[in-house]
Amino acid sequence: MTDAALTAPATDRTAAVTGNNPLVAVRGEGAAVQFAGVVKDYGSTRVLHGVDLDIRPGELVSLLGPSGCGKTTALRVLAGLESATGGVVRIGGRDVSAVPTNKRDIGMVFQSYSLFPHLSVLRNTMFGLSMRRVAGKEADRRARAALELVGLEGFAERYPHQLSGGQQQRVALARALVTEPRVLLLDEPLSALDAKVRVQLRDEIRRIQLRLGITTVFVTHDQEEALAVSDRIAVMHKGGIEQIGTPDELYLRPATPVVADFVGLSSVVPGSVKAGRVEVLGFWLPLITPAGDGPVEAYIRPENVRLADEGVAASVLESTFLGSLRRTRVRTESGVTLALQHSVSERVVFGQEVRVAIADVPVTVRQPAA
Amino acid sequence: MSAERLAPRPAVRWTILAGVGLLFLIPIASMIGFTLRDAGGGSTLEHWTGLADPANAGRYRPIWTGIGNSLVLAVVTVGIVLFLLAPTMVLITLRYPRLRRPFEFLCLLPISIPAIVLVVGLTPVYLTIGRTLGTGAWTLAFAYGITVLPYAYRAIQSNLDGIDVKTLAEAARSLGADWLTVLLRVLAPNLRGGLLAASLISVAVVLGEFTIASLLNRQNLQTAVFVVSKQDPYVAVAFALLALLFAFLLLLVIGRVGRIAGTPRRRRTRPAQETS
Repeated sequence: MTDAALTAPATDRTAAVTGNNPLVAVRGEGAAVQFAGVVKDYGSTRVLHGVDLDIRPGELVSLLGPSGCGKTTALRVLAGLESATGGVVRIGGRDVSAVPTNKRDIGMVFQSYSLFPHLSVLRNTMFGLSMRRVAGKEADRRARAALELVGLEGFAERYPHQLSGGQQQRVALARALVTEPRVLLLDEPLSALDAKVRVQLRDEIRRIQLRLGITTVFVTHDQEEALAVSDRIAVMHKGGIEQIGTPDELYLRPATPVVADFVGLSSVVPGSVKAGRVEVLGFWLPLITPAGDGPVEAYIRPENVRLADEGVAASVLESTFLGSLRRTRVRTESGVTLALQHSVSERVVFGQEVRVAIADVPVTVRQPAA
Repeated sequence: MSAERLAPRPAVRWTILAGVGLLFLIPIASMIGFTLRDAGGGSTLEHWTGLADPANAGRYRPIWTGIGNSLVLAVVTVGIVLFLLAPTMVLITLRYPRLRRPFEFLCLLPISIPAIVLVVGLTPVYLTIGRTLGTGAWTLAFAYGITVLPYAYRAIQSNLDGIDVKTLAEAARSLGADWLTVLLRVLAPNLRGGLLAASLISVAVVLGEFTIASLLNRQNLQTAVFVVSKQDPYVAVAFALLALLFAFLLLLVIGRVGRIAGTPRRRRTRPAQETS
């Protein structure tokens, strides 16, 4: 992303922050983070099954997955709020497995509002600095700079209960950043916010992260959020990392059915693999991950299916207007249901007979359900 | 049926209030009347003025000793509540949430055990305490630490339930705070209302306690009042009234503090509109 892109939106108050801001001025490269065979057990239940993950300095990596997949546990192990049963966690190349949370030099924003209710916004922001024995005036200056960075410079004397949810999370972000931590940990910080604020704050987090160059781990169950802000995404499933890659890779080339299922929308369509390709509704498509010959189920993205003059005959089940496009579900004569996206100018109605074609792009397949 | 329709009419309400008020006021008024009575059947203030008369110092010495002992007991008991009970409750909330129910049961148990039964169990314990720590009145604080548990527990727990202790502690830890700092600079200020209420109610319980002190042969305010009442019933009742007044003021303070702690600085401004 270019510098111009970082400062483009007129509504972005953080864009007004100049390079004179002390936090921006100290922009570093961040610290590398490494999980090596990290295992976590709760009693007899294993929630992390040997997680391996390398995060480069300055990178924003999202841990994405459904509830109970172990993403928050992995983050808490990195923060030191949970101890790993096995394996090693390294920050900046140093094994921190035995280092307590308060000595790990991290900044963390939580899902629930975590501002100290008895302290003003400024005092909240200065808390981490006072723990590091930064002198009063210097702490005041840096805390105000951090508040300026998140666009809350006029709110220093307010108390948490006088702020909206979005503002509270901004203060929490400023509080986490003001100590210039080596790693920023975000534990679903947007999930308690309404949709509009969520998108705005999401974009601000990304802009600030890029400006400061801080290594960031972002936990979320919202794939759109992860796709929008991440350098790379680690999709977690049942305590392990299913696939890690850039948002494009994950969306366009999901390595496993779990990833294809969780990231983006897909129709699951029966097909048959032969000689390294899969036949779906008469179309021969390449495979993302090689599979043996035989019957399979293929994941077909709606944007890879189009209305065509020639193709498979189908009847329209429903068509939804989504603003910039329409999403339509059709059922083929063989009884297969397919979702497709098309231009809003192409109008179809329930029961209409149409023909659809599938683009020649690689697809993910799985063994058919028994 | 609406709550409004179920509510008694104003006349009924006032009658009930007057009835309950009389129930409390008649004995208190009788006590006041008793302290103002002279030997001839007239009225006098000499029983009250006599309290400050140096000539009576010897007669009233047990009372002053009792007050001193009771104040020491109050301080030690509050210390037990603040430095033992409260940190234990925080620890259970943060680290051992499964222990909450058993701990709650344990803390509420003393309310169902009569003081006299408690003393039977405590007597052998106090024989050991007497041999190791001496027989000073302050040692009663260990027993009082048990009797105030139900009240102190409820006051602190309701405050703990009102804040997200785990997230606040974790946020402070992530910002570099050690556990002592978390406890003193983050949790204690947010538990101020509960801790104050627990402390004040403990003081009230300690100042009104008679049975345990009497049966364990320690002198406190109530046992002293009892002793003096045998020589001078008027002055004993005067001290009982003063103790009652003190407890009443204490409860007023608890109520006031509870209200202030529950709404910190909320009167001035409303929550901001979302501007992000």
